[in-house]
Amino acid sequence: MLRNDIDREAYLRMCKIRGFEEAVTALITEGEVPGACHSSVGQEAAIVGACMALRNDDYVSGTHRSHGHPIGKGAALKPLMAEILGKATGVCKGRGGSMHLTDKSVGSIGESAIVGGGIPIATGAALTAQVKGTDQVALTFFGDGASNEGVLAECLNMAAVWKLPVIFFCENNGYAAVTPARDSHGQPDVARRADGYGVPGVVVDGQDMDAVLAATRTAVARARAGEGPTLIEAKTYRFDEHCVGLFIKGGYRTQEEVQFFMNERDPLKLFRQVMLDRGHGEDDINAVEAEARGLVAEAVQFAKDSPYPEPEAAFELVHATPLATPIRR
Amino acid sequence: MTEQTTQRMTYLDALGLAQREEMARDENVIIIGEDITLYAAGGAYGNIDSKRVRSAPISECGFAGMAVGAAITGLRPIVDLTIANFVYLASDPIINQAARLRYMTGGQFNVPVVYRASMWHSQANAAQHSDRPYPMFMNVPGLKVVCPATPEDAKGLLKAAIRDDDPVLVFEDNDLWGQKGEVPLDTDFVVPIGKARTHREGSDVTIVTVSGSLRFALKAADDLAKDGISVDLVDLRTVLPIDSEAILNSLGKTGRIVIVDPAHRTCGAAAEIAAIVAEDGFDLLRKPVRRVVTPDVPIPFAPTMEKPLYPSREAIVAAVRSLM
Repeated sequence: MLRNDIDREAYLRMCKIRGFEEAVTALITEGEVPGACHSSVGQEAAIVGACMALRNDDYVSGTHRSHGHPIGKGAALKPLMAEILGKATGVCKGRGGSMHLTDKSVGSIGESAIVGGGIPIATGAALTAQVKGTDQVALTFFGDGASNEGVLAECLNMAAVWKLPVIFFCENNGYAAVTPARDSHGQPDVARRADGYGVPGVVVDGQDMDAVLAATRTAVARARAGEGPTLIEAKTYRFDEHCVGLFIKGGYRTQEEVQFFMNERDPLKLFRQVMLDRGHGEDDINAVEAEARGLVAEAVQFAKDSPYPEPEAAFELVHATPLATPIRR
Repeated sequence: MTEQTTQRMTYLDALGLAQREEMARDENVIIIGEDITLYAAGGAYGNIDSKRVRSAPISECGFAGMAVGAAITGLRPIVDLTIANFVYLASDPIINQAARLRYMTGGQFNVPVVYRASMWHSQANAAQHSDRPYPMFMNVPGLKVVCPATPEDAKGLLKAAIRDDDPVLVFEDNDLWGQKGEVPLDTDFVVPIGKARTHREGSDVTIVTVSGSLRFALKAADDLAKDGISVDLVDLRTVLPIDSEAILNSLGKTGRIVIVDPAHRTCGAAAEIAAIVAEDGFDLLRKPVRRVVTPDVPIPFAPTMEKPLYPSREAIVAAVRSLM
């Protein structure tokens, strides 16, 4: 892809994530969304920078903050939005919801509401690539909170020993729900944990799409060459609360801090300026933004118009090979 | 016919044969576990690519979860967890991922993974090595759970598990590893998951067995026959799903039932079987349901305390007599 096309595609994906999250937030206010949603707003450059370094057939696993990853990987918006509304046309047929968006067609192999749960999934996908001798790689998004789960240490080590083509990508947004990383990390840089496993560890500005893309490309090249995993830590920031609509009495971060990131470190504003500096026309950029808005609006309409699953559908898709004794009603 | 169709071998050799045959049959079958390559060097898995035999670091949660990721992307991993108590370390990915990824993704993925775990009870290994944890996984929709009790079933059920497109837990009774029996050599011999096996036909009492308790029940049936009590003996083989039809059919012949299950009493496999009988077979019962199970105490180390806790030939005989 040419530089201009990469810029345009990256910005489109970032705008799609932003627009999608804003639409979901509005739908929550309207009472259309069952359950909890976790917005990726503020983290778009980290997500898209990582995904732009991947091919369609590369694998991505993710987290409870799940909407951005499949969108970043190129998933169609309509089935994602329908899933969040619990509709039969949802990408997971209404069985997963906001925290478990999965779109196999673009290599999105599952978002996990178990913190750290996606890490071994991607490591295992990398094992498949190695055993089958394909040149696919797997990337797992996880947060600063998940970095304290033992399974990260286990998988980093196994991936290092077996030189698996996997990228451990930490979106460090500074807070595990409402606990600051400074209160739960002995070593503030998650990337430095890689040293303990003989794996390269890289810290990158997660608000800078170019920087994230460059770091991930290096890691992907290393993985495809059979040289093993890389741990990338993107320092990023979550604009919304842990959960959309969550009201935290007392506060765990200052309004000044939030405002600073929203005003000075908004990844969309930053990348928009990068595009202008590189000579993209204002009209071209506006057209990208309009395209994203249009796709989001269509997705919302599709989701609203879609039917809910029948109660009886709960008994379908449990097993690939049906049980000898059917599930009792 | 001159061709040999069965061979006498141990339960452990039957499991090994199942793995070798399936690894030869399908190059997507891999095996992951601790110390695995040691056995591979001894020829345990035949002449196969070393990429498919993974000696993992001691990271049960990590490699049990990796096996899920491998399964949804095209491999068919066998995870050998060895001692069954280690399944607890691996149970997050087994329960939260393997059991429900197919469902949660709306059927986008199948999860063809096998977890093998060997129950090392009655060998003075104390409470952290002696569990029979299959009932806990009976409470996890999406899984299939088998407990083979003979060498033939060990081979046939492990092969069925490897070929199944859903996650299957294979709980082996370590006490049976050395037990010998005739095993079919047909490389396509499988035992269907979810089907019980009648080992003995009778008319006075049904004995349903789980896992290694079959061998005690067979001896108990011999003892009871001498007293003129005729036993219909059904080995469950699969505990999830339970072959309720086989249990109720047998109960229809006898009107009495003794359930023998080496797991602990509370919420064990026997408890679920008793519930099925109470709900669907109440009218068939001539006497109350009896359970021969392991009491709800941690397994002690000293053999004098440990041995009497498990179901035995004598306990089964006594339970049957109490119903006559």
